[in-house]
Amino acid sequence: MADDYIVETKNLTKEFKGFVAVSDVNLKVKRHTIHALIGPNGAGKTTCFNLITKFLPLSRGTILLNGRDITNTAPADIAQLGMVRSFQISAVFGHLTALENVRVALQRKLGTSFHFWKSDTSLAELNDRAEQLLEDVGVLEYRDIPAGELSYGRKRALEIATTLALEPEMLLLDEPMAGMGTEDVARTAELIRRVSKDRTILMVEHNLSVVADLSDTITVLKLGKVLAEGPYSEISQNPEVIEAYMGHGVGSHA
Amino acid sequence: MTTNSVTSSATGPNKGVSRQAIFVGILLAVGLIAPFAVYPVFLMKGLCFALFAAAFNLLLGYVGLLSFGHAMFFGWSAYITAHAAKEWGLTPEIAVLLGTFCAAGMGAVVGWLAIRRQGIYFAMITLALAQLMYFVALQAPFTHGEDGIQGVPRGHLFGVIDLSDTLNMYYFVFGVFALALFFLYRVVNSPFGQVLKAIRDNEPRAISLGYQVDRYKLIAFIISAALSGTAGSVKSLVFQLASLTDVHWHASGEVVLMTLLGGVGTIFGPTAGAYLVVTIQNYFATLGSWVTIIQGVIFVICVLAFRAGIVGVLRPFLKKRGIEA
Ligand SMILES: Nc1ncnc2c1ncn2[C@@H]1O[C@H](COP(=O)(O)OP(=O)(O)OP(=O)(O)O)[C@@H](O)[C@H]1O
Ligand SMILES: [Mg+2]
Repeated sequence: MADDYIVETKNLTKEFKGFVAVSDVNLKVKRHTIHALIGPNGAGKTTCFNLITKFLPLSRGTILLNGRDITNTAPADIAQLGMVRSFQISAVFGHLTALENVRVALQRKLGTSFHFWKSDTSLAELNDRAEQLLEDVGVLEYRDIPAGELSYGRKRALEIATTLALEPEMLLLDEPMAGMGTEDVARTAELIRRVSKDRTILMVEHNLSVVADLSDTITVLKLGKVLAEGPYSEISQNPEVIEAYMGHGVGSHA
Repeated sequence: MTTNSVTSSATGPNKGVSRQAIFVGILLAVGLIAPFAVYPVFLMKGLCFALFAAAFNLLLGYVGLLSFGHAMFFGWSAYITAHAAKEWGLTPEIAVLLGTFCAAGMGAVVGWLAIRRQGIYFAMITLALAQLMYFVALQAPFTHGEDGIQGVPRGHLFGVIDLSDTLNMYYFVFGVFALALFFLYRVVNSPFGQVLKAIRDNEPRAISLGYQVDRYKLIAFIISAALSGTAGSVKSLVFQLASLTDVHWHASGEVVLMTLLGGVGTIFGPTAGAYLVVTIQNYFATLGSWVTIIQGVIFVICVLAFRAGIVGVLRPFLKKRGIEA
Protein backbone atom coordinates (compact mmCIF):
# COMPACT_ATOMS: atom_id res chain seq x y z
CA MET A 1 0.00 0.00 0.00
CA ALA A 2 2.98 2.28 0.50
CA ASP A 3 3.28 2.05 -3.26
CA ASP A 4 0.31 4.35 -3.57
CA TYR A 5 2.63 7.16 -2.61
CA ILE A 6 5.40 8.19 -4.90
CA VAL A 7 6.94 10.69 -2.49
CA GLU A 8 6.76 10.54 1.25
CA THR A 9 8.46 12.74 3.79
CA LYS A 10 8.75 11.93 7.45
CA ASN A 11 9.37 14.71 9.96
CA LEU A 12 10.96 16.84 7.28
CA THR A 13 12.67 19.67 9.15
CA LYS A 14 14.96 22.49 8.16
CA GLU A 15 16.54 25.00 10.49
CA PHE A 16 18.46 28.03 9.32
CA LYS A 17 20.65 29.11 12.22
CA GLY A 18 17.96 28.49 14.78
CA PHE A 19 15.09 29.67 12.59
CA VAL A 20 12.84 26.75 11.72
CA ALA A 21 11.70 27.18 8.12
CA VAL A 22 10.19 23.71 7.77
CA SER A 23 9.01 21.84 10.80
CA ASP A 24 8.08 18.14 10.98
CA VAL A 25 6.32 18.05 7.65
CA ASN A 26 4.84 14.69 6.76
CA LEU A 27 3.87 14.87 3.16
CA LYS A 28 2.45 12.01 1.14
CA VAL A 29 2.06 12.52 -2.56
CA LYS A 30 -0.20 9.99 -4.26
CA ARG A 31 0.90 8.60 -7.56
CA HIS A 32 -0.75 10.07 -10.67
CA THR A 33 -2.28 13.00 -8.85
CA ILE A 34 -1.74 16.71 -8.77
CA HIS A 35 -0.84 17.78 -5.29
CA ALA A 36 -0.68 21.46 -4.44
CA LEU A 37 1.40 23.02 -1.72
CA ILE A 38 0.03 26.39 -0.71
CA GLY A 39 0.56 28.88 2.05
CA PRO A 40 1.45 32.51 2.65
CA ASN A 41 4.83 33.98 1.70
CA GLY A 42 7.64 32.55 3.74
CA ALA A 43 5.61 29.49 4.75
CA GLY A 44 8.44 27.20 3.66
CA LYS A 45 7.11 25.90 0.37
CA THR A 46 10.23 26.49 -1.66
CA THR A 47 12.35 25.20 1.19
CA CYS A 48 10.30 21.99 1.11
CA PHE A 49 11.09 21.67 -2.59
CA ASN A 50 14.75 22.29 -1.93
CA LEU A 51 14.75 19.58 0.71
CA ILE A 52 12.84 17.00 -1.30
CA THR A 53 15.15 17.45 -4.28
CA LYS A 54 18.19 17.59 -1.99
CA PHE A 55 19.24 21.08 -3.02
CA LEU A 56 19.43 21.73 0.70
CA PRO A 57 20.61 19.28 3.35
CA LEU A 58 17.93 18.27 5.84
CA SER A 59 18.18 19.16 9.49
CA ARG A 60 16.06 16.15 10.32
CA GLY A 61 13.71 13.66 8.74
CA THR A 62 13.62 11.22 5.85
CA ILE A 63 12.45 11.32 2.27
CA LEU A 64 11.22 8.34 0.30
CA LEU A 65 10.87 8.25 -3.45
CA ASN A 66 9.04 5.17 -4.68
CA GLY A 67 9.66 3.65 -1.28
CA ARG A 68 13.39 4.19 -1.61
CA ASP A 69 15.22 6.31 0.93
CA ILE A 70 16.73 9.28 -0.87
CA THR A 71 17.62 11.29 2.20
CA ASN A 72 21.31 11.12 1.35
CA THR A 73 21.14 11.13 -2.43
CA ALA A 74 22.91 13.83 -4.47
CA PRO A 75 20.60 16.27 -6.28
CA ALA A 76 21.82 15.28 -9.76
CA ASP A 77 21.03 11.65 -8.97
CA ILE A 78 17.51 12.56 -7.88
CA ALA A 79 16.81 13.71 -11.42
CA GLN A 80 18.06 10.40 -12.71
CA LEU A 81 15.63 8.63 -10.39
CA GLY A 82 12.79 10.36 -12.19
CA MET A 83 12.06 13.38 -10.04
CA VAL A 84 12.69 16.76 -11.64
CA ARG A 85 11.99 20.17 -10.20
CA SER A 86 11.50 23.62 -11.62
CA PHE A 87 12.44 26.82 -9.87
CA GLN A 88 10.44 29.71 -8.47
CA ILE A 89 12.58 32.16 -10.40
CA SER A 90 12.49 31.19 -14.04
CA ALA A 91 15.46 28.97 -14.77
CA VAL A 92 16.42 28.80 -18.40
CA PHE A 93 19.86 28.71 -19.99
CA GLY A 94 19.87 32.32 -21.15
CA HIS A 95 22.54 32.16 -23.84
CA LEU A 96 21.28 28.95 -25.38
CA THR A 97 18.42 29.01 -27.86
CA ALA A 98 15.03 27.63 -26.91
CA LEU A 99 15.79 24.51 -28.90
CA GLU A 100 19.17 24.06 -27.21
CA ASN A 101 17.58 24.49 -23.81
CA VAL A 102 15.34 21.50 -24.38
CA ARG A 103 18.13 19.58 -26.04
CA VAL A 104 20.35 19.94 -22.97
CA ALA A 105 17.75 17.93 -21.11
CA LEU A 106 17.43 15.40 -23.92
CA GLN A 107 21.11 14.89 -24.62
CA ARG A 108 22.05 13.20 -21.36
CA LYS A 109 20.53 9.95 -22.46
CA LEU A 110 22.59 9.95 -25.68
CA GLY A 111 25.53 9.25 -23.42
CA THR A 112 27.81 11.68 -25.26
CA SER A 113 27.67 14.52 -22.79
CA PHE A 114 31.33 14.10 -21.89
CA HIS A 115 32.43 13.92 -25.53
CA PHE A 116 34.35 17.15 -25.93
CA TRP A 117 35.98 16.05 -29.17
CA LYS A 118 32.71 15.56 -31.02
CA SER A 119 30.85 18.22 -32.98
CA ASP A 120 27.57 19.39 -31.50
CA THR A 121 25.96 18.74 -34.87
CA SER A 122 25.74 15.19 -33.50
CA LEU A 123 22.93 16.51 -31.29
CA ALA A 124 20.77 17.29 -34.31
CA GLU A 125 19.13 13.89 -34.05
CA LEU A 126 17.33 15.25 -30.99
CA ASN A 127 15.87 18.22 -32.84
CA ASP A 128 12.58 16.56 -33.81
CA ARG A 129 11.82 15.57 -30.26
CA ALA A 130 12.90 18.98 -28.98
CA GLU A 131 10.70 20.78 -31.50
CA GLN A 132 7.77 18.66 -30.52
CA LEU A 133 8.25 19.60 -26.88
CA LEU A 134 8.51 23.27 -27.81
CA GLU A 135 5.30 22.97 -29.75
CA ASP A 136 3.55 21.30 -26.85
CA VAL A 137 4.11 24.37 -24.73
CA GLY A 138 3.51 26.78 -27.60
CA VAL A 139 6.96 28.29 -28.06
CA LEU A 140 8.12 26.52 -31.19
CA GLU A 141 8.27 29.76 -33.13
CA TYR A 142 11.03 30.96 -30.79
CA ARG A 143 13.15 27.90 -31.49
CA ASP A 144 16.28 29.85 -32.44
CA ILE A 145 15.95 32.76 -30.04
CA PRO A 146 18.28 32.82 -27.03
CA ALA A 147 16.14 31.91 -24.04
CA GLY A 148 17.27 35.00 -22.16
CA GLU A 149 15.47 37.17 -24.70
CA LEU A 150 12.07 35.49 -24.29
CA SER A 151 9.26 37.07 -22.32
CA TYR A 152 8.74 35.84 -18.79
CA GLY A 153 5.73 33.71 -19.62
CA ARG A 154 7.57 32.04 -22.49
CA LYS A 155 10.58 31.36 -20.34
CA ARG A 156 8.32 29.54 -17.92
CA ALA A 157 6.78 27.57 -20.75
CA LEU A 158 10.24 26.69 -22.05
CA GLU A 159 11.19 25.58 -18.59
CA ILE A 160 8.27 23.20 -18.47
CA ALA A 161 9.22 21.83 -21.89
CA THR A 162 12.77 21.29 -20.65
CA THR A 163 11.51 19.51 -17.56
CA LEU A 164 9.17 17.32 -19.59
CA ALA A 165 12.04 16.40 -21.89
CA LEU A 166 13.36 14.18 -19.13
CA GLU A 167 10.03 12.39 -19.01
CA PRO A 168 10.04 12.47 -15.25
CA GLU A 169 7.67 10.36 -13.22
CA MET A 170 7.44 13.10 -10.68
CA LEU A 171 7.48 16.85 -11.29
CA LEU A 172 7.91 19.55 -8.72
CA LEU A 173 6.75 22.89 -10.07
CA ASP A 174 7.45 25.99 -8.01
CA GLU A 175 4.91 28.64 -8.99
CA PRO A 176 4.84 27.68 -12.66
CA MET A 177 2.38 30.44 -13.51
CA ALA A 178 3.77 33.33 -11.53
CA GLY A 179 4.13 36.35 -13.78
CA MET A 180 2.06 34.92 -16.62
CA GLY A 181 -0.82 36.66 -18.34
CA THR A 182 -4.31 35.13 -18.19
CA GLU A 183 -3.97 33.46 -21.56
CA ASP A 184 -0.66 31.83 -20.65
CA VAL A 185 -2.07 30.75 -17.30
CA ALA A 186 -4.93 28.98 -18.99
CA ARG A 187 -2.65 27.27 -21.45
CA THR A 188 -0.15 26.24 -18.80
CA ALA A 189 -2.93 24.87 -16.60
CA GLU A 190 -4.15 22.85 -19.54
CA LEU A 191 -0.62 21.64 -20.20
CA ILE A 192 -0.15 20.61 -16.58
CA ARG A 193 -3.41 18.74 -16.63
CA ARG A 194 -2.42 17.02 -19.85
CA VAL A 195 1.03 15.92 -18.68
CA SER A 196 -0.33 14.79 -15.33
CA LYS A 197 -2.08 11.86 -16.97
CA ASP A 198 0.75 9.44 -16.40
CA ARG A 199 2.80 11.49 -13.99
CA THR A 200 2.66 12.90 -10.52
CA ILE A 201 2.88 16.61 -9.90
CA LEU A 202 3.62 18.49 -6.74
CA MET A 203 3.22 22.17 -7.26
CA VAL A 204 3.38 25.43 -5.40
CA GLU A 205 0.97 27.97 -6.74
CA HIS A 206 -0.51 31.20 -5.48
CA ASN A 207 -3.22 31.39 -8.10
CA LEU A 208 -6.04 29.78 -6.15
CA SER A 209 -8.47 29.28 -8.98
CA VAL A 210 -5.79 27.28 -10.76
CA VAL A 211 -5.11 25.31 -7.62
CA ALA A 212 -8.82 24.65 -7.16
CA ASP A 213 -9.15 23.55 -10.74
CA LEU A 214 -6.15 21.31 -11.00
CA SER A 215 -5.32 19.73 -7.74
CA ASP A 216 -6.57 16.52 -6.22
CA THR A 217 -5.05 17.25 -2.87
CA ILE A 218 -3.90 20.43 -1.22
CA THR A 219 -1.51 20.83 1.65
CA VAL A 220 -1.53 24.17 3.43
CA LEU A 221 1.70 25.24 5.06
CA LYS A 222 2.05 28.01 7.56
CA LEU A 223 5.25 29.00 9.32
CA GLY A 224 6.82 25.74 8.26
CA LYS A 225 4.04 23.53 9.63
CA VAL A 226 1.22 21.68 7.93
CA LEU A 227 -1.97 23.50 8.77
CA ALA A 228 -4.43 21.40 6.82
CA GLU A 229 -4.61 18.85 4.08
CA GLY A 230 -7.34 17.60 1.81
CA PRO A 231 -9.27 18.35 -1.37
CA TYR A 232 -10.11 21.94 -2.19
CA SER A 233 -13.70 21.61 -1.06
CA GLU A 234 -12.52 20.72 2.42
CA ILE A 235 -9.61 23.09 2.61
CA SER A 236 -11.66 26.05 1.54
CA GLN A 237 -14.13 25.45 4.36
CA ASN A 238 -11.50 25.01 7.01
CA PRO A 239 -11.86 28.03 9.32
CA GLU A 240 -8.22 27.90 10.35
CA VAL A 241 -7.11 28.06 6.76
CA ILE A 242 -9.52 30.81 5.94
CA GLU A 243 -8.38 32.84 8.85
CA ALA A 244 -4.68 32.17 8.65
CA TYR A 245 -4.11 32.35 4.97
CA MET A 246 -6.74 32.94 2.43
CA GLY A 247 -9.02 35.35 4.18
CA HIS A 248 -12.06 36.18 2.15
CA GLY A 249 -11.02 34.89 -1.28
CA VAL A 250 -11.41 31.22 -0.57
CA GLY A 251 -14.90 30.14 0.17
CA SER A 252 -16.28 32.14 -2.71
CA HIS A 253 -14.56 30.09 -5.36
CA ALA A 254 -15.85 26.60 -4.76
CA MET B 1 0.37 29.15 -34.93
CA THR B 2 3.65 27.40 -34.58
CA THR B 3 5.09 25.10 -37.19
CA ASN B 4 5.34 27.21 -40.35
CA SER B 5 7.67 29.80 -38.89
CA VAL B 6 10.33 27.19 -38.24
CA THR B 7 11.48 27.09 -41.84
CA SER B 8 12.90 30.59 -41.58
CA SER B 9 15.63 29.29 -39.34
CA ALA B 10 16.94 27.07 -42.09
CA THR B 11 18.13 29.96 -44.23
CA GLY B 12 21.49 30.59 -42.60
CA PRO B 13 23.62 27.46 -42.21
CA ASN B 14 25.10 26.84 -45.66
CA LYS B 15 25.89 30.44 -46.36
CA GLY B 16 27.10 30.80 -42.82
CA VAL B 17 29.54 27.95 -42.99
CA SER B 18 31.19 29.20 -46.15
CA ARG B 19 31.50 32.74 -44.84
CA GLN B 20 32.93 31.32 -41.67
CA ALA B 21 35.41 29.35 -43.75
CA ILE B 22 36.45 32.49 -45.63
CA PHE B 23 36.83 34.39 -42.39
CA VAL B 24 39.00 31.69 -40.85
CA GLY B 25 40.93 31.36 -44.11
CA ILE B 26 41.77 35.05 -44.05
CA LEU B 27 42.95 34.83 -40.45
CA LEU B 28 45.12 31.84 -41.31
CA ALA B 29 46.60 33.68 -44.28
CA VAL B 30 47.34 36.69 -42.10
CA GLY B 31 49.05 34.40 -39.63
CA LEU B 32 51.13 32.80 -42.36
CA ILE B 33 52.40 36.00 -43.96
CA ALA B 34 52.65 38.05 -40.77
CA PRO B 35 56.31 37.20 -40.02
CA PHE B 36 57.33 38.89 -43.26
CA ALA B 37 55.77 42.13 -42.13
CA VAL B 38 56.17 42.12 -38.35
CA TYR B 39 59.02 41.20 -36.04
CA PRO B 40 58.54 37.42 -35.59
CA VAL B 41 59.56 37.23 -31.94
CA PHE B 42 56.90 39.77 -31.11
CA LEU B 43 54.37 37.71 -33.06
CA MET B 44 55.39 34.52 -31.28
CA LYS B 45 55.14 36.17 -27.89
CA GLY B 46 51.65 37.30 -28.84
CA LEU B 47 50.69 33.80 -29.98
CA CYS B 48 51.89 32.25 -26.72
CA PHE B 49 49.83 34.64 -24.66
CA ALA B 50 46.91 34.31 -27.06
CA LEU B 51 46.91 30.57 -26.51
CA PHE B 52 47.22 31.07 -22.76
CA ALA B 53 44.27 33.48 -22.79
CA ALA B 54 42.19 31.21 -25.03
CA ALA B 55 42.74 28.33 -22.61
CA PHE B 56 41.83 30.56 -19.68
CA ASN B 57 38.75 31.75 -21.55
CA LEU B 58 37.41 28.20 -21.68
CA LEU B 59 36.90 28.44 -17.94
CA LEU B 60 35.83 32.04 -17.58
CA GLY B 61 33.80 32.32 -20.75
CA TYR B 62 32.17 28.93 -20.98
CA VAL B 63 32.00 27.63 -17.43
CA GLY B 64 31.89 30.94 -15.59
CA LEU B 65 34.87 30.11 -13.37
CA LEU B 66 37.39 32.85 -12.62
CA SER B 67 40.73 31.25 -11.90
CA PHE B 68 43.31 33.54 -10.45
CA GLY B 69 46.13 31.05 -10.53
CA HIS B 70 46.60 30.03 -14.12
CA ALA B 71 50.21 31.22 -14.09
CA MET B 72 51.09 28.04 -12.23
CA PHE B 73 50.24 25.95 -15.29
CA PHE B 74 51.81 28.41 -17.71
CA GLY B 75 54.99 28.91 -15.73
CA TRP B 76 55.53 25.37 -14.51
CA SER B 77 55.14 23.90 -17.96
CA ALA B 78 57.73 26.40 -19.14
CA TYR B 79 60.14 25.03 -16.51
CA ILE B 80 59.39 21.44 -17.39
CA THR B 81 59.81 21.93 -21.11
CA ALA B 82 62.95 23.99 -20.62
CA HIS B 83 64.45 21.37 -18.32
CA ALA B 84 63.48 18.51 -20.61
CA ALA B 85 64.94 20.21 -23.68
CA LYS B 86 68.10 21.44 -21.98
CA GLU B 87 69.03 18.71 -19.51
CA TRP B 88 67.50 15.66 -21.11
CA GLY B 89 67.92 16.73 -24.72
CA LEU B 90 64.33 15.91 -25.67
CA THR B 91 63.08 17.11 -29.05
CA PRO B 92 60.84 20.21 -28.88
CA GLU B 93 57.55 18.46 -29.67
CA ILE B 94 58.13 15.89 -26.92
CA ALA B 95 59.24 18.59 -24.49
CA VAL B 96 56.09 20.59 -25.21
CA LEU B 97 53.88 17.51 -24.85
CA LEU B 98 55.55 16.73 -21.55
CA GLY B 99 54.87 20.26 -20.31
CA THR B 100 51.26 19.95 -21.44
CA PHE B 101 50.71 16.64 -19.66
CA CYS B 102 52.27 17.90 -16.46
CA ALA B 103 49.97 20.92 -16.58
CA ALA B 104 47.00 18.59 -17.09
CA GLY B 105 48.06 16.62 -14.02
CA MET B 106 48.44 19.76 -11.96
CA GLY B 107 45.10 20.92 -13.31
CA ALA B 108 43.46 17.73 -12.11
CA VAL B 109 44.71 18.25 -8.56
CA VAL B 110 44.09 21.99 -8.38
CA GLY B 111 40.73 21.64 -10.09
CA TRP B 112 39.66 18.89 -7.73
CA LEU B 113 40.48 21.12 -4.77
CA ALA B 114 38.96 24.29 -6.19
CA ILE B 115 35.79 23.49 -8.14
CA ARG B 116 33.62 22.69 -5.16
CA ARG B 117 33.89 26.35 -4.21
CA GLN B 118 31.93 29.10 -5.85
CA GLY B 119 32.82 32.56 -7.07
CA ILE B 120 35.38 34.43 -5.04
CA TYR B 121 36.32 31.33 -3.02
CA PHE B 122 37.23 29.53 -6.21
CA ALA B 123 39.43 32.46 -7.24
CA MET B 124 41.05 32.57 -3.79
CA ILE B 125 41.89 28.89 -3.74
CA THR B 126 43.42 28.96 -7.20
CA LEU B 127 45.42 32.03 -6.19
CA ALA B 128 46.61 30.40 -2.97
CA LEU B 129 47.72 27.23 -4.75
CA ALA B 130 49.45 29.29 -7.42
CA GLN B 131 51.35 31.20 -4.73
CA LEU B 132 52.36 27.90 -3.21
CA MET B 133 53.65 26.70 -6.57
CA TYR B 134 55.47 30.01 -7.02
CA PHE B 135 57.43 29.44 -3.83
CA VAL B 136 58.20 25.90 -4.85
CA ALA B 137 59.58 27.31 -8.11
CA LEU B 138 61.59 29.85 -6.16
CA GLN B 139 63.12 27.16 -3.92
CA ALA B 140 63.47 24.12 -6.18
CA PRO B 141 67.07 23.71 -7.36
CA PHE B 142 66.28 22.75 -10.96
CA THR B 143 64.49 26.05 -11.67
CA HIS B 144 67.62 28.04 -10.78
CA GLY B 145 65.73 30.58 -8.67
CA GLU B 146 66.04 34.17 -9.82
CA ASP B 147 68.12 33.20 -12.86
CA GLY B 148 65.62 30.78 -14.30
CA ILE B 149 66.56 28.12 -16.82
CA GLN B 150 68.55 29.99 -19.44
CA GLY B 151 69.88 29.04 -22.84
CA VAL B 152 67.17 26.50 -23.55
CA PRO B 153 67.90 24.91 -26.94
CA ARG B 154 65.03 25.13 -29.39
CA GLY B 155 66.24 21.91 -30.94
CA HIS B 156 65.03 20.18 -34.07
CA LEU B 157 61.33 19.53 -34.54
CA PHE B 158 60.82 15.77 -34.97
CA GLY B 159 64.61 15.69 -34.95
CA VAL B 160 64.61 17.26 -38.43
CA ILE B 161 63.45 20.87 -38.68
CA ASP B 162 65.87 23.33 -37.12
CA LEU B 163 63.90 25.65 -34.85
CA SER B 164 66.81 27.97 -34.22
CA ASP B 165 65.74 29.38 -37.57
CA THR B 166 63.27 32.09 -36.62
CA LEU B 167 60.80 31.43 -39.41
CA ASN B 168 60.71 27.70 -38.69
CA MET B 169 60.12 28.50 -35.04
CA TYR B 170 57.37 30.90 -35.95
CA TYR B 171 55.50 28.36 -38.05
CA PHE B 172 55.86 25.78 -35.32
CA VAL B 173 54.34 28.19 -32.80
CA PHE B 174 51.65 29.23 -35.22
CA GLY B 175 50.81 25.60 -35.97
CA VAL B 176 50.50 24.74 -32.29
CA PHE B 177 48.37 27.83 -31.74
CA ALA B 178 46.03 27.11 -34.66
CA LEU B 179 45.57 23.48 -33.64
CA ALA B 180 44.92 24.39 -30.03
CA LEU B 181 42.43 27.08 -30.98
CA PHE B 182 40.60 24.65 -33.24
CA PHE B 183 40.55 22.13 -30.43
CA LEU B 184 39.09 24.73 -28.05
CA TYR B 185 36.51 25.66 -30.66
CA ARG B 186 35.54 21.99 -30.90
CA VAL B 187 35.29 21.63 -27.12
CA VAL B 188 33.04 24.65 -26.87
CA ASN B 189 30.87 23.42 -29.74
CA SER B 190 30.52 19.82 -28.63
CA PRO B 191 27.89 17.95 -26.63
CA PHE B 192 30.18 18.52 -23.65
CA GLY B 193 30.38 22.23 -24.47
CA GLN B 194 26.59 22.46 -24.46
CA VAL B 195 26.53 21.18 -20.92
CA LEU B 196 29.30 23.60 -19.93
CA LYS B 197 27.31 26.53 -21.26
CA ALA B 198 24.22 25.28 -19.48
CA ILE B 199 26.17 25.11 -16.21
CA ARG B 200 27.51 28.60 -16.80
CA ASP B 201 24.05 30.00 -17.47
CA ASN B 202 22.27 28.28 -14.61
CA GLU B 203 24.06 25.75 -12.46
CA PRO B 204 21.16 24.71 -10.20
CA ARG B 205 19.03 24.07 -13.26
CA ALA B 206 21.75 21.91 -14.82
CA ILE B 207 21.89 19.91 -11.57
CA SER B 208 18.13 19.53 -11.51
CA LEU B 209 18.33 18.06 -15.01
CA GLY B 210 20.63 15.38 -13.65
CA TYR B 211 24.08 16.69 -14.56
CA GLN B 212 26.87 16.08 -12.09
CA VAL B 213 28.23 19.53 -12.70
CA ASP B 214 31.48 19.09 -10.78
CA ARG B 215 32.69 16.46 -13.21
CA TYR B 216 32.09 18.71 -16.18
CA LYS B 217 33.81 21.59 -14.47
CA LEU B 218 36.78 19.42 -13.57
CA ILE B 219 37.26 18.21 -17.13
CA ALA B 220 37.03 21.78 -18.41
CA PHE B 221 39.54 22.82 -15.78
CA ILE B 222 41.98 20.11 -16.83
CA ILE B 223 41.70 21.05 -20.52
CA SER B 224 42.20 24.70 -19.66
CA ALA B 225 45.23 23.93 -17.50
CA ALA B 226 46.75 21.63 -20.11
CA LEU B 227 46.55 24.20 -22.89
CA SER B 228 47.82 26.94 -20.60
CA GLY B 229 50.73 24.59 -20.11
CA THR B 230 51.19 24.19 -23.85
CA ALA B 231 51.39 27.97 -24.11
CA GLY B 232 54.03 28.19 -21.39
CA SER B 233 56.01 25.31 -22.87
CA VAL B 234 56.13 26.91 -26.28
CA LYS B 235 57.04 30.27 -24.80
CA SER B 236 60.05 28.77 -23.03
CA LEU B 237 61.33 27.53 -26.39
CA VAL B 238 60.65 30.86 -28.13
CA PHE B 239 62.59 32.86 -25.57
CA GLN B 240 64.89 29.97 -24.64
CA LEU B 241 64.12 30.86 -21.06
CA ALA B 242 61.89 29.70 -18.24
CA SER B 243 61.76 32.15 -15.37
CA LEU B 244 59.85 33.22 -12.30
CA THR B 245 57.99 35.86 -14.33
CA ASP B 246 55.76 33.23 -15.82
CA VAL B 247 54.74 31.63 -12.52
CA HIS B 248 54.24 34.98 -10.80
CA TRP B 249 50.71 36.11 -9.99
CA HIS B 250 51.22 39.00 -12.39
CA ALA B 251 50.93 36.47 -15.20
CA SER B 252 47.69 35.16 -13.70
CA GLY B 253 46.37 38.72 -13.65
CA GLU B 254 47.55 39.50 -17.16
CA VAL B 255 45.67 36.60 -18.64
CA VAL B 256 42.47 37.80 -16.98
CA LEU B 257 43.11 41.24 -18.43
CA MET B 258 43.76 39.90 -21.93
CA THR B 259 40.63 37.79 -21.92
CA LEU B 260 38.39 40.58 -20.68
CA LEU B 261 39.86 43.14 -23.08
CA GLY B 262 39.49 40.84 -26.06
CA GLY B 263 36.06 39.54 -25.23
CA VAL B 264 35.24 36.80 -22.78
CA GLY B 265 33.34 33.84 -24.20
CA THR B 266 34.40 34.54 -27.78
CA ILE B 267 36.68 32.43 -29.95
CA PHE B 268 39.10 35.11 -31.14
CA GLY B 269 38.68 37.61 -28.31
CA PRO B 270 41.53 36.27 -26.17
CA THR B 271 43.87 36.53 -29.16
CA ALA B 272 42.92 40.15 -29.77
CA GLY B 273 43.31 40.91 -26.07
CA ALA B 274 46.69 39.19 -25.89
CA TYR B 275 48.05 41.19 -28.81
CA LEU B 276 46.70 44.40 -27.39
CA VAL B 277 48.40 43.84 -24.04
CA VAL B 278 51.66 42.58 -25.55
CA THR B 279 51.73 45.57 -27.90
CA ILE B 280 51.22 47.99 -25.05
CA GLN B 281 54.00 46.31 -23.10
CA ASN B 282 56.38 46.40 -26.05
CA TYR B 283 55.77 49.88 -27.33
CA PHE B 284 55.62 51.53 -23.96
CA ALA B 285 58.41 49.45 -22.46
CA THR B 286 60.64 52.52 -22.24
CA LEU B 287 58.23 54.04 -19.80
CA GLY B 288 59.11 51.42 -17.20
CA SER B 289 56.57 50.92 -14.47
CA TRP B 290 54.24 53.38 -16.20
CA VAL B 291 53.27 50.47 -18.47
CA THR B 292 51.25 49.02 -15.63
CA ILE B 293 49.41 52.29 -15.21
CA ILE B 294 48.78 52.66 -18.95
CA GLN B 295 47.47 49.08 -18.98
CA GLY B 296 45.22 49.89 -16.07
CA VAL B 297 43.86 53.02 -17.74
CA ILE B 298 43.18 51.19 -21.00
CA PHE B 299 41.49 48.44 -19.07
CA VAL B 300 39.24 50.87 -17.24
CA ILE B 301 38.37 52.65 -20.50
CA CYS B 302 37.57 49.36 -22.22
CA VAL B 303 35.42 48.13 -19.39
CA LEU B 304 33.51 51.39 -19.33
CA ALA B 305 33.23 51.83 -23.09
CA PHE B 306 32.64 48.30 -24.27
CA ARG B 307 32.03 45.79 -21.61
CA ALA B 308 31.95 42.86 -24.01
CA GLY B 309 35.57 43.40 -25.08
CA ILE B 310 36.94 44.06 -28.56
CA VAL B 311 35.62 40.94 -30.25
CA GLY B 312 32.53 40.95 -28.09
CA VAL B 313 31.60 44.31 -29.57
CA LEU B 314 32.27 43.21 -33.15
CA ARG B 315 30.44 39.98 -32.66
CA PRO B 316 26.82 40.96 -33.40
CA PHE B 317 28.06 42.74 -36.54
CA LEU B 318 29.87 39.60 -37.75
CA LYS B 319 27.09 37.29 -36.71
CA LYS B 320 24.67 39.04 -39.04
CA ARG B 321 27.07 38.11 -41.81
CA GLY B 322 27.14 34.48 -40.81
CA ILE B 323 30.49 34.63 -39.04
CA GLU B 324 31.07 33.37 -35.56
CA ALA B 325 33.98 35.14 -33.93
N1 LIG C 1 18.96 29.80 2.65
C1 LIG C 1 18.22 30.35 3.62
N2 LIG C 1 18.80 30.87 4.73
C2 LIG C 1 18.05 31.42 5.70
N3 LIG C 1 16.72 31.51 5.67
C3 LIG C 1 16.09 31.01 4.61
C4 LIG C 1 16.79 30.41 3.52
N4 LIG C 1 15.90 30.02 2.58
C5 LIG C 1 14.68 30.35 3.08
N5 LIG C 1 14.78 30.94 4.28
C6 LIG C 1 13.67 31.42 5.11
O1 LIG C 1 12.79 30.35 5.28
C7 LIG C 1 11.45 30.80 5.22
C8 LIG C 1 10.71 30.02 4.18
O2 LIG C 1 11.15 30.42 2.90
P1 LIG C 1 10.58 29.78 1.57
O3 LIG C 1 11.34 30.40 0.45
O4 LIG C 1 10.59 28.34 1.68
O5 LIG C 1 9.11 30.34 1.56
P2 LIG C 1 7.97 30.14 0.48
O6 LIG C 1 6.85 29.46 1.16
O7 LIG C 1 8.49 29.52 -0.73
O8 LIG C 1 7.57 31.66 0.22
P3 LIG C 1 7.16 32.39 -1.15
O9 LIG C 1 5.70 32.20 -1.32
O10 LIG C 1 7.50 33.82 -0.86
O11 LIG C 1 7.98 31.81 -2.24
C9 LIG C 1 11.50 32.28 4.95
O12 LIG C 1 11.32 32.97 6.16
C10 LIG C 1 12.89 32.50 4.41
O13 LIG C 1 13.35 33.78 4.77
MG1 LIG D 1 8.75 30.05 -2.66
